[in-house]
Amino acid sequence: MPPPDFPVHERGNAQVTAELLVQTAVNGLLIGFVFSLVAVGLTLIFGMMEIVNFAHGEFLMMAMYASFWMWSLFALDPLVSLPISTLALVLLGIATYKLIIKRILNAPMLAQIFATFGLMVFLRSLAQFLWTPNFRVIQHSMVSDGRLELGGIFLGLPQLVAAAGAVISFAFIYWFVERTETGRALMATAEDRDAASLMGINSDRMFTLAWAIGSGCVGVAGALLSTFYYIQPEVGAVFGLTTFVVVALGGFGSIPGAFIAGLLVGLVQVMAGLFIAPSIKFAVVLAIYLLVVLLRPQGLLGKY
Amino acid sequence: MPRRVSPRWFLSAAMLVAAFLAAVGCAQTAPAPTPTTAAKPAATTAPGAPAATSAPQAAAPTAAAAAAPKEIKIGVLLPLSGGSASTGLDLKYANELAAEIVNGKYDLNMPLAKTEGLPNLGGAKVTLVFADHQGTPEKGQSEAERLVTQEKVVALFGCYQSSVTQTASQTAERLGVPFLNAESSSPGLTDRGLKFFFRTGPTDATFGKNLFDMLDDIQKQKNIKLKTVGIVNENTLYGTDANKLTKQYAQERGYQIVADIAYPANTSEVTSEVQRIKAANPDVLFQVSYTSDAILFMKTYKQLDVNPQGILAYGAGFVDPEFRKVLGKDSEFVITRAAWSPDIAQKKPLAKAIADMFRSKYGQDMTENSARDFTGMITLLDAINRAKSTDPKAIQAALAGTDIPGDQLIMSWPGVKFDDKGQNMHAQGINMQVSGGQYYTVWPFNAASKEIVWPRPKWADIK
Repeated sequence: MPPPDFPVHERGNAQVTAELLVQTAVNGLLIGFVFSLVAVGLTLIFGMMEIVNFAHGEFLMMAMYASFWMWSLFALDPLVSLPISTLALVLLGIATYKLIIKRILNAPMLAQIFATFGLMVFLRSLAQFLWTPNFRVIQHSMVSDGRLELGGIFLGLPQLVAAAGAVISFAFIYWFVERTETGRALMATAEDRDAASLMGINSDRMFTLAWAIGSGCVGVAGALLSTFYYIQPEVGAVFGLTTFVVVALGGFGSIPGAFIAGLLVGLVQVMAGLFIAPSIKFAVVLAIYLLVVLLRPQGLLGKY
Repeated sequence: MPRRVSPRWFLSAAMLVAAFLAAVGCAQTAPAPTPTTAAKPAATTAPGAPAATSAPQAAAPTAAAAAAPKEIKIGVLLPLSGGSASTGLDLKYANELAAEIVNGKYDLNMPLAKTEGLPNLGGAKVTLVFADHQGTPEKGQSEAERLVTQEKVVALFGCYQSSVTQTASQTAERLGVPFLNAESSSPGLTDRGLKFFFRTGPTDATFGKNLFDMLDDIQKQKNIKLKTVGIVNENTLYGTDANKLTKQYAQERGYQIVADIAYPANTSEVTSEVQRIKAANPDVLFQVSYTSDAILFMKTYKQLDVNPQGILAYGAGFVDPEFRKVLGKDSEFVITRAAWSPDIAQKKPLAKAIADMFRSKYGQDMTENSARDFTGMITLLDAINRAKSTDPKAIQAALAGTDIPGDQLIMSWPGVKFDDKGQNMHAQGINMQVSGGQYYTVWPFNAASKEIVWPRPKWADIK
């Protein structure tokens, strides 16, 4: 690999190029896992019913706040309260489906967009109204300040745990979708709603399940993120955009696609920042996305 | 080939002409807007209607003859949501406190405290109309427009982020409404030579020079030589201008710039940025960031063990109370430029009185941001009072003639007096350092309340 084109000051504890590369790549992958986990929920929902949940980032924000309040009020470590945050988000997802989405399933696309977009604005403003725009950070959790060092590479413990959590969640979802009856029914409904219902699969229950799983993933991601990222009402916007890119890049409706695309986006983002310039790292991510969409419109692994 | 005029074309043209005539007619017969709210009358007539020129002439004599208003409305544009929302709240508190002091009767040696309301306007009370610009220049522009044309404010105040102040003040200039800025530091804002724009706070030209003068003093005092400099800045107007100034000063004073990194604000990770800094290993690191990024960078510095001899910040996120609250001991030893420091309250009774009032009312300490806004708001209200009218030109003239002595300010400045570009020529800065969770003045050395800690202890040694 050619040395980076910015001046490297060779003195004292300046980094060697290869080490810098590996460190950056590792950090990119770690954040990429989190992108993947957030994206898989969105891709499930879209694959199922072709509704883009614009409020997905805000679901993440809610999950982070849930973790924060349980830590702040009941001194529960985010990793310990993870099941509770996940459950809370599952309930939020089901409620959203039953109260809002169900009514707009057959509505014109504009109405569907407005519904979830409106939900996004509502949740964001609600969070700001209830909890003020001030930042919250969970300090001194089990993993908060931890750091591993492997051969000169620093691995932040919270990021590592988040990545592990993402992998475990993915494995679970993959097992569920491929190996269980209900999972396969879910995929069948995603592939052809009418044919599936002719086979006796209740679409309504499948949709509810999709929203439940999708929001549950976000719940896990939020709990994991809250150990190292600041929590504020706008945090959904920060991750929301990246999530859409990941979903589109991986292919709408493809779970393995979301996984790979998340890692790719994380990697490209940090590498572009390192080798080109941090100010255009998003531009490079979106450029890659444009390229994939032009050459392969259904995304990397998309079917629809 | 000659075209036949189709009936449809003719009908549309006729309708257009009719609409035009109707608009002109309406503009001429519309009553002039109530003179108590002095937004320029031209703003309320239909745009492009040629009758607009007659409307202000009709309004001016009635304005002069009108009775004094009961309420003076000031539009305040702040980032009340978004990444700098906690600063926006801090600034809102400062402005509310200033308005409360002016509207009430307080025994303080500062303008308008001892009287209720604005005495030269019949005791009119000040009403602040807050608008959230969310940190985006477009919203700043549209909110400024709305405040003037719909809320009928007599002056605008704001906006914190230099990029937003830039567009909002341009709108104010176009609408002919005075705009007072207290806390945006990009020098370009006053270099534009706008007639209605005034700034009470110092610019980053002053602040940057202070930081470099401090480095000179440190090197002399500790008998060391600092050679390399790194700059990390967010990429809007504020960060870009601070970057330019830092590079200019660094080159003038013979430092080598080893890292020059602009990053997009509100990002989810700053790995690549911090990696580049770590590779470059500068002696001194200059940082220009708003709140969310400041916190993220510090956490990443700790995680990746980046240890420059000093982290020098250009205020903003670093002086936000959230910064110290969230980072705790990880915020120690950061040095920042500032216009005001909490320990000035120990030396100046007026500053102490106001800082105490702020704390007891809002439960948090005044910062150098809120101190600047407080001072700016008082300056604006003092000018409106001296103008004896709500006419924008009168307020503008009064602002231009401002001369508030230093002992009537909570700042340690010699006073407030605007130069011909609208910049307060007496605005000064100091440098402060976090120690034990609080900011203390550490430079100029003869005004310091605590001795500077240099070099910054390594992360592993900060307990």
